[in-house]
Amino acid sequence: MEQQPVLEMRGIHKQFPGVKALSNVDFRLFSGEVHALMGENGAGKSSLIKVLTGVYSIDQGAVKLSNQPVSLKSPLEAQEAGISTVYQEVNLCTNLTVAENIFIGREPRRFGRILWKQMNRNADKLLKDRMQLNIDVTLPLHAYSVAIQQLIAIARALSISAKVLILDEPTSSLDANEVKQLFSIMQTLKQDGLAILFVTHFLDQVYEISDRITILRNGNLVGEYMAKDLPKLELVSQMIGKDLTQLEKLPSKSASEQFEGNEIIAEAKQAARKGAIEPFDLKLRKGEVIGLAGLLGSGRTETARLFFGADALDQGTVRMSKANQHIQSPRKAIEHGVAFCSENRKTEGILDELTVRENIIVALQSTRGWYKPLSRKKQNEIAEHYIQLLNINPPHTEQLIKNLSGGNQQKVLLARWLLTQPKLLILDEPTRGIDVGAKTEIQRLVLDLSAKGMSVLFISSELEEVLRVSHRIAVLRDRRKIKEISDQEMTEHSIMKTIAGG
Amino acid sequence: MSINRKYVPIVVTTSLFLLMFIAGSFRYNGFFSPQVLLNLLIDNAFLLIVAVGMSFVIISGGIDLSVGAVIALTTMISASLVQQLNWSPIIVIPLVLLIGALLGCGMGAIIHYFKIQPFIVTLAGMFLARGLCYVISIQTITIDNPFYTAMAQTKIRLPGGSFISISVIIALVVVAAAIYIAHYTSFGRNVYAIGGSEQSALLMGLPVAKTKILVYTLSGLCSALAGVVFTFYMLSGYGLHAVGMELDTIAAVVIGGTLLTGGVGYIVGTFFGVMIQGIIQTIISFEGTLSSWWTKIVIGLLLCLFILLQKVLSARQAIFKS
Repeated sequence: MEQQPVLEMRGIHKQFPGVKALSNVDFRLFSGEVHALMGENGAGKSSLIKVLTGVYSIDQGAVKLSNQPVSLKSPLEAQEAGISTVYQEVNLCTNLTVAENIFIGREPRRFGRILWKQMNRNADKLLKDRMQLNIDVTLPLHAYSVAIQQLIAIARALSISAKVLILDEPTSSLDANEVKQLFSIMQTLKQDGLAILFVTHFLDQVYEISDRITILRNGNLVGEYMAKDLPKLELVSQMIGKDLTQLEKLPSKSASEQFEGNEIIAEAKQAARKGAIEPFDLKLRKGEVIGLAGLLGSGRTETARLFFGADALDQGTVRMSKANQHIQSPRKAIEHGVAFCSENRKTEGILDELTVRENIIVALQSTRGWYKPLSRKKQNEIAEHYIQLLNINPPHTEQLIKNLSGGNQQKVLLARWLLTQPKLLILDEPTRGIDVGAKTEIQRLVLDLSAKGMSVLFISSELEEVLRVSHRIAVLRDRRKIKEISDQEMTEHSIMKTIAGG
Repeated sequence: MSINRKYVPIVVTTSLFLLMFIAGSFRYNGFFSPQVLLNLLIDNAFLLIVAVGMSFVIISGGIDLSVGAVIALTTMISASLVQQLNWSPIIVIPLVLLIGALLGCGMGAIIHYFKIQPFIVTLAGMFLARGLCYVISIQTITIDNPFYTAMAQTKIRLPGGSFISISVIIALVVVAAAIYIAHYTSFGRNVYAIGGSEQSALLMGLPVAKTKILVYTLSGLCSALAGVVFTFYMLSGYGLHAVGMELDTIAAVVIGGTLLTGGVGYIVGTFFGVMIQGIIQTIISFEGTLSSWWTKIVIGLLLCLFILLQKVLSARQAIFKS
């Protein structure tokens, strides 16, 4: 007979306006195991965790803790129920002392007076006994590195006597030694019978520490596997997946040799930025679509940002070939015909209190200079034109953009940049969180644009999509460009193998 | 040398105060006496009390612009009830304290539940309180109630021939209580936590709503108490009392080493921040020929200096971390 899970989630549904974050997801967690939750961006990992920590309420489904149904309405309730979370961004107060951060809210007190000495003693003991950490607990937290802060956060979670510990991307800002230290502590905790939910995008780490793996994709459960039974390649293919059978056929692409003779639009030579991407070369020719493939955190967005001058280079050059101009700032980039559609549509893209028309013309207006305003008539013409061209729905120029669905917002952003007639268009996750139909439309548009001579740098977490639109694919792993793939080699299998490392 | 870096601003403030006192003592006859120091307390008792409330607000990451107007409103309500309606001070004083606390509580609730910047909410509170003064009367109401005059004129003799007023005792009790609250109660520590990171405080399961509302309630209460002490000091109620005092208060708190971004600050620092403002005024009055507006100029310069100091310290901290 199988052991009872300490945590069980069944049929979890969570819907946001325009996006289905989780649909019918099951998840279980046993005590004394490390369970990795895997999935690409937007797969629903963080939504699931937010449900568990009481930040999101669920639309449907049930959560059981030690076989008792629970309803978690706030982080406090989740904590009291025994579910503690340590986030990637350490959620502690760096201005308070180490001891306070562990015990705040539950300080030892006598007649309401906080007993500092006792609190410091307890903190010291807890860190020594369970974290193998010997530090001065009376110093403010900001005196310590992120790695230590994370251990302190775990200590806090344990001192609330957690049954379930959620570690959300705990290793992404740690170096190799720090990761080792964290893992050895996770091992000890596991032996003590704690159930640990571990989220990461580093594949090697998953296999190093996890007993069980659950994979999510697009808000759906793909499956639950024992780590030892799931080969790495299988894991990658399950995460990236191909869920779209009903996609329309796209116009056939031309082979990559066809671009050999075309002029080079933009070129990176040994370009690198510390902590973002190792030195790489990349040429973009006129009319060519280059896909960037790799897992989350492999340096895709970072690479794109260098082409837009959004981050400074540490070494090497990125230049627009024709003008022989280095791209050093977004302003320079725009001036030389680069357009960048960010993956963070909400925060770096749409101006949500403005209308569709205003959102479309804003980039053009700023390249013209504010002293040469576009007439209202002209603005309307432009907006109407793009609404029709891109099939934006609802087709009203004066609609506030925040009322549009994700896919239509994305099209408005595309219109904004197309209007500036860029030579190089960078699309970072242009189809994230939008429905299948709109996806195909955007993909077709990319191919149309390339046929008209625009170069496109295309980033997507969905491998299939990258394959559909790209003429050439640069594969990234662990912040390093490892291979360029074109023509016959461009198959899901070969790319997955490259990503998985062999 | 190993002073904990978090104490640097306080050490700077305290040394600055001592330096000014020593400089004044050398330059002016009669400056070096205990009474000069005690006069600082007597003349700034009300400022000390509001500054204590303001310290909590700023440490929590907020700001309270209504304090000056609440002081004026308190003097006005006290004066009209005591003088015109002949109410007993035993009823009037608790009543005005309650009004101040309720005003603060209301502002705190609006700030928290509607997620509106404290700046704008307390600005509205400031106009409201100031306006209410003129509803009561547009003239000064002089108080000659025996209780108030007694409170104003009683001198508590200290050994050595110097004296303090009752207001000073009240202010010192407030300061002592505030130090205890800030460091030895959950409420106090929660204020620091919220100032450090409200998001984290929430995720750590701290009572953010309750604490934030209490902080503004406390500030309102302190303003009203300062208003009571101010009434003892001025023996009148007037709508133009304490104009601009919210800014003096913020200046005192910042000079005392409290970070405007929240999370860092000490009541002791605030105490010396107030004392520095007092001693600048004293020096200028001893100088005799300078206009009292020089106080503002010096305070302006000091404020600038301290904000730069804070910036440098936090930048060094960032470097230290990486």
